Amino acid sequence: MVIFDKPHALADVPLHYCPGCTHGIIHRLVAEVIDELGIEGKTVGIAPVGCSVMAYNYFNCDMIEAAHGRAPAVATGVKRALPENIVFTYQGDGDLASIGMAETVHSAARNENITVIFINNAIYGMTGGQMAPTSLPGQITQTSPYGRDVNHCGYPIKICEMLSTLDGPEYVARVAVNNVKNVRAAKKAIKKAFENQVNGLGFSLVEVISSCPTNWGLTPEKALEWVESKMIPYYPLGVYKDRHADSNE
Amino acid sequence: MAKLTFKTDNCKGCGLCVNACPKGVLSLAADKINKKGHHPVEAVAPEKCIGCAFCATMCPDCIIKVEK
Ligand SMILES: Cc1ncc(C[n+]2csc(CCOP(=O)(O)OP(=O)(O)O)c2C)c(N)n1
Ligand code: SF4
Ligand code: SF4
Ligand code: SF4
Ligand SMILES: [Mg+2]
Repeated sequence: MVIFDKPHALADVPLHYCPGCTHGIIHRLVAEVIDELGIEGKTVGIAPVGCSVMAYNYFNCDMIEAAHGRAPAVATGVKRALPENIVFTYQGDGDLASIGMAETVHSAARNENITVIFINNAIYGMTGGQMAPTSLPGQITQTSPYGRDVNHCGYPIKICEMLSTLDGPEYVARVAVNNVKNVRAAKKAIKKAFENQVNGLGFSLVEVISSCPTNWGLTPEKALEWVESKMIPYYPLGVYKDRHADSNE
Repeated sequence: MAKLTFKTDNCKGCGLCVNACPKGVLSLAADKINKKGHHPVEAVAPEKCIGCAFCATMCPDCIIKVEK
């Protein structure tokens, strides 16, 4: 009996991510959910600009590449034109919380019936480790070599907390992939975010706290420890909004 | 005893599976280098494997297949 194997919706090709980068775990979870819901044939994914820019090579469903930060706008267009299809975006924190903030907030406010997978690794990974809107106070990056000074650069943006103040979105949750227990919980949240779309409930965003060993300057193992000791205390895990929480039980 | 299969050529030697294994089954092969230039994972104590798939759950690259 097979206990664990690569999901079908994930292409059988090597991923270009750095060793131990948890983008790969999150790709797999999305693909497992696509398999379990039997929606590979009607799913359209929107890839971002960032390290996951080549996500279009890694999922076996249809994929579209959006301009930096504009994935929710592209997803809106696809979903409105093809409402029977399942549309998801996969976006980093630079993509979603910086250049694409307007698209993020307005698609949530409109309660677009799309699924957003938001990878928060507190850095611009692809471009070499610059400070992101999500970089922690005091975090050393290429553009904050003495640590992020909040008096100069302002404070990190907590996307889940912020979006949950809007009346629009259906489901907003934050998860992490730094250990087996959290990976399993992350899968559940991602599955719910896709099921909500299948059930026509509306905008569902899952923020996944992810690692960037390369630009954090840590080994893959130490990077997961940093997620636990630094990221999760600042970005508490949990469900921030779930409009149909009671009726789903 | 569970059965483990590795896509050794694609392993990036990150070690996350080694750390996740509760039974000390896995190790990075210090004496081998795969096509990607990494020390790949190998099962050093396969008889201890309980098939929990913690290793595969933490592998970012889907290298490990677990069967029972
Ligand atoms: C319009 C535009 N502005 C800037 C860039 C440069 N750029 C490429 S990726 C990136 C940020 C990526 O960071 P993030 O979204 O957090 O993804 P990660 O690489 O960390 O996964 C930036 C600013 C670009 N490609 N296009
Ligand atoms: S730079 Fe960081 S986010 Fe990008 S692939 Fe490498 S470890 Fe992952
Ligand atoms: S299946 Fe469990 S016991 Fe076997 S190698 Fe993987 S983590 Fe270790
Ligand atoms: S987690 Fe995967 S890529 Fe990393 S060493 Fe283990 S098998 Fe190789
Ligand atoms: Mg990032």
